[in-house]
Amino acid sequence: MRFNILSETPRKNIAYLFLMPAMAAIFIFFFLPVLAALLMSFTDFDIYSLGDMSRARFVGLSNYLNLLRNPLFWKAMQNTAYFVLVGVPLSVMASLLAALALQSKLVRFKSLFRLSYFLPVVATLVAVAVIWRFIYHPRFGIFNYMLGLFGIQPIDWLGNPRWALLALIIMAVWKGFGYNMIIFIAGLQNIPESLYEAANLDGANAWQVFRHVTLPMLTQTTSFITLTTLISYCQFFAEPYVMTDGGPLNSTLSIVLLMYREGFKFWRMGYSAALAFFLFGIILIVTLIQMRFQKKYEF
Amino acid sequence: MNSKNQLRKIIIHLALLCGLILTIAPFVWMISASFSPAGQANQYPPVFIPKTVTLEHYQTLFSRLSVARYFLNSIIISVSITGISLIFNSMAGFAFAKYRFPSKQKLFKLLLSAMVIPAQVTMLPLFLMLNRMGFINTYLGVIIPGIASIYGIFLIRQYIISIPDSLIEAARIDGANDFYIYWRIILPVSKPILVTMALFTFMGTWNDFLWPLIVLTKDSMYTLPVVLANLMGEHVQDTEMMMAGSVITILPIIIVFLALQKYYLHGIMLGSIKE
Repeated sequence: MRFNILSETPRKNIAYLFLMPAMAAIFIFFFLPVLAALLMSFTDFDIYSLGDMSRARFVGLSNYLNLLRNPLFWKAMQNTAYFVLVGVPLSVMASLLAALALQSKLVRFKSLFRLSYFLPVVATLVAVAVIWRFIYHPRFGIFNYMLGLFGIQPIDWLGNPRWALLALIIMAVWKGFGYNMIIFIAGLQNIPESLYEAANLDGANAWQVFRHVTLPMLTQTTSFITLTTLISYCQFFAEPYVMTDGGPLNSTLSIVLLMYREGFKFWRMGYSAALAFFLFGIILIVTLIQMRFQKKYEF
Repeated sequence: MNSKNQLRKIIIHLALLCGLILTIAPFVWMISASFSPAGQANQYPPVFIPKTVTLEHYQTLFSRLSVARYFLNSIIISVSITGISLIFNSMAGFAFAKYRFPSKQKLFKLLLSAMVIPAQVTMLPLFLMLNRMGFINTYLGVIIPGIASIYGIFLIRQYIISIPDSLIEAARIDGANDFYIYWRIILPVSKPILVTMALFTFMGTWNDFLWPLIVLTKDSMYTLPVVLANLMGEHVQDTEMMMAGSVITILPIIIVFLALQKYYLHGIMLGSIKE
C-alpha cells in the first residue's frame, strides 16, 4: 500500500484549513475592497456618505468624465509620465552600468562597493526624502555644492517648477538603482563564459562584445527590470508629499498624490476611486505590453 | 598584466569610487548634521565632520517629541505584520505546494493575476471598512491589510514544492498528522525562505508610509515615517533635528539589513525569477 499525501479525500479538508486564514484575509481585505472601489467609482461618495452610506448615489461614468475634464488630472498624468519616461531609463542604465563595473574581473573590494550602492535601497523612503530636501537647499545643500565644484551655478531645485520634478527623479534613481543592480549582476553571471571566449576569438572589441553578447543575453532580465521599475515609478507619492507637497505650481503632483488628496483630504471618495482605476489601467496596459514583448523574445 | 589593462583597472576603480561617494555622501552628511549644534548644518561649504558634537537634537526628540513612543509603534506594527503574515503565508504556501484540492489551479491563477492590481485601489473601501470596525487609529488598522500577501504565498509555495514528498510520507508512516508535519518538518526545512520573507516584510512595513498615513490620524499612534513627514511641516528650519529624526528612522533598518544581508540579496533573486 502506498501512502499518498496528495490524493486522499480527507486531506482536501485539511488543505482548506491551511488555506483559510490567508485566503480569508486576502478576499476580505483585498478582493472585496477592489470590487467596492469599482462600485464606488460609479457613485458620488463624499463626506456626507461617510456617516450615512445610503446618501451615495449612482452617477454612472461621471467621475471618470469629470477627471478627464480636470486640468489637475492631466497635470498629474503628465508629471507621472515624465517621472516614468525619464526616471526609468536613467534608473535602468545606472543599474546596468554599476553591475557591469562590479562584474569586471579587474575590480577589487567588490562587496564594499555593492554594499554601499545598496544602502539607499533599504533606507526608509520618507527619511531619504527628508534628507534630500535639505540636500537640495539652494544655498547650503550639498547637491549645489557638488555641482559648484564643476562650475555650475546654484539651482533652486525644489522651488523652481522647471527643476523640481527632475530633482525628485534624481533622488529616486539614487535611491533605487542598487536593487536592479543586484538583479543585473545575477543576469550577467548567468551568461556562459564560452560566449565571451568565442567573441574574443572572433576579435570583437569591448563595445562589440557588450552590444552583441551581453545585451542580447540580458534581454529577459532587462525587460523584467523595466517592468517592475515602471510599475513602482507610476506610484510615486512619498517623494512629492514630503519634499514639495506637489508644488511648485503642481509641477510635482503625481497620480497617487492627487488620489490621496481627493480621497482622504477632501473626502471625494467616488472621484478618488475613479482615479485609482486610472492608475490600475495604466499598470495593466504596461504589464500586458511587457508580456507581449516577453513572448516575442523567448528563446 | 599589460599597461592597457592597468589603465582600465584604474578608470573602473575611479568610477566606482565616484559612485561610492555619491551614494554615501547623503548619509554621511545626515549623521554629521544630526550631531551638530543648531544652525551649524546651514553652512557653505557644507561640513561633513562637525566641529563640536552635541546630542541635543536626540535629546529633544526623545524628551519633547516622544520619539520613543513612535519607535515603539513602528516596532509593534512591523513585528506583528511580519509574524502573522509569515504563519498565514506559509500555511497557504504549503497547501498550494503539497495538497490537491478542487479548483486549486484556478485559485492560484486568480491570485497571481491579482498581483497586477496596485494596493492604492483598495485603500478607500478598506478605510471605510476598518472605520466601521472601529480600527481607524489603532495598530490593528495598519496591521490587518498586511496579514497575508499573495507574493509571500507564491514565494513560499515555490520553495516548499522542492521539498521531497518522501520526507512527508515518511513522517506520515510514523503517524504524524498534517499540523505536526507543517510545524515540525515544513517550517524548519523552509527556514531560508522564511528568514528572507521575514526580512522583506519587516523592512517593507517599517518603511511603509501611505497606509499608516491614512489610518493613523492621531498623533500618539504615528509610526516613524509618518511622524517624520509631519515634523517636516513645523520643523523645516531645524535641519539638525530633522537629521537626527532621520537617523533614528533609518538606523534600525540598516542594522537589520547588515545583519541579514545574505538573505535579503538572495530574496531579490527569488523575486526576479520568472516561472
